[in-house]
Amino acid sequence: MTWDWGAVRAFMPHFFDGLLVTLQALALGSLISFALGLVWALLMRTPTRWVRWPVGVVTEFIRDTPLLVQLFFLFYVLPEWGLAFSALTTGVVAIGLHYSTYTMQVYRAGIDAVPPGQWEAATALSLPPRRTWTAVILPQAIRRVVPALGNYVIAMLKDTPMLMTITVLDMLGEARLFSQQHFQFTEPLTVIGVAFVLISYPASLLLRALERRLAR
Amino acid sequence: MTTGLWELVLKGVWTTLQLLVFGALLATAVSFAVGIARTHRRWIVRFLAGFYTEVFRGTSALIMIFWVFFVLPLAFGWQLVPMWAGTLALGLTYGAYGAEIVRGALNSVDPAQREGGIALSFTPWQRMRKILLPQAVPETIPSFCNLLVELLKGTALVSVMGMGDLAFSGNLVRLALQESAQIYAYVLIIYFLIAFLLTRLMRSLERRLKARVGKAPRPGVSAPLPVGGGVS
Repeated sequence: MTWDWGAVRAFMPHFFDGLLVTLQALALGSLISFALGLVWALLMRTPTRWVRWPVGVVTEFIRDTPLLVQLFFLFYVLPEWGLAFSALTTGVVAIGLHYSTYTMQVYRAGIDAVPPGQWEAATALSLPPRRTWTAVILPQAIRRVVPALGNYVIAMLKDTPMLMTITVLDMLGEARLFSQQHFQFTEPLTVIGVAFVLISYPASLLLRALERRLAR
Repeated sequence: MTTGLWELVLKGVWTTLQLLVFGALLATAVSFAVGIARTHRRWIVRFLAGFYTEVFRGTSALIMIFWVFFVLPLAFGWQLVPMWAGTLALGLTYGAYGAEIVRGALNSVDPAQREGGIALSFTPWQRMRKILLPQAVPETIPSFCNLLVELLKGTALVSVMGMGDLAFSGNLVRLALQESAQIYAYVLIIYFLIAFLLTRLMRSLERRLKARVGKAPRPGVSAPLPVGGGVS
């Protein structure tokens, strides 16, 4: 086994380009998944099953099928329908949509965990439904679920390399490009592998600390 | 779609199922070995097992697959058959997630059960095999069910390496027909059906295992839905 530090040094500028793209995709994907997940969770609480049932089926379908194939679907099918986005945008939408079906369950658990007394108090004060949600239920529910949402951000980080398959030059994309140009596979792939551990492990420690603080 | 193309898709389904079964077997073995090691008395065993979990949970499955396919042959001279390389990468990655499930279930067994085993002077291994595991395993099933669906979704990643699984044959058919919407819809539906069947199977397995340790679900009380996937 040979390890070439020169290759690592040569790869580093590409690595930071890739890191930037990865973090961009992660930030935008998280925002989409947080917002959309909340929408799904609220739709699942509407009184009519004509809304609940389709939403339940669609989100279950998205959750149980591979993100990779969903990426291909969006990347190749949307242009056929006349919606041409950049590869990064498509990837961000796909990741956000996929993970919104996970965050939706997190929100649901958070909403269910709000004590029934809070609902009753809102009714007793005859708050309109909108105020009940925005001023009473959601602030308490979302506070509880922040660590769980953070876990999905870490999970999302680990799924961003898939964007490489639709030509986005994220960390893995840069590493693959570099290895094909210089025929050195070991160094770039190991560097990004280590980088992922170095990002996600401290992040998970941070979340654990946050969880302990919020639990108190 | 012509019959020839359907045959291609079926071949892809077969490869995906093979990967799923082998990957699941390896991941189960890894998760029990590492999960049990994390409750070991010696700190060094606990530390090594913890290190393994953090490293494999920390990297992305796709990067592991790239590593096994490209770095392993160059660095160590081990050129694996694609099927085994895919199994190895998936099994090791998802095994690390499974180890956390096993550890959590072992920790959730009532401490009195462990103490009872000590009082009856069971050896540590007897305690694990006869007292802790039979009670911990049924608790792991819902999480393992989620993890299995995650593994199924993970098998699609090997198509990036040119292995002829379902996602890969979907790409081939797309190139042949130029009808992306149709073929990818079929592929997604097939994945969904497999996931649906897996969920059903795991639920009946859970009922059977729980009945064996006297924890059969009471009628009318449904188990709470697990939150999110196993991967987090």
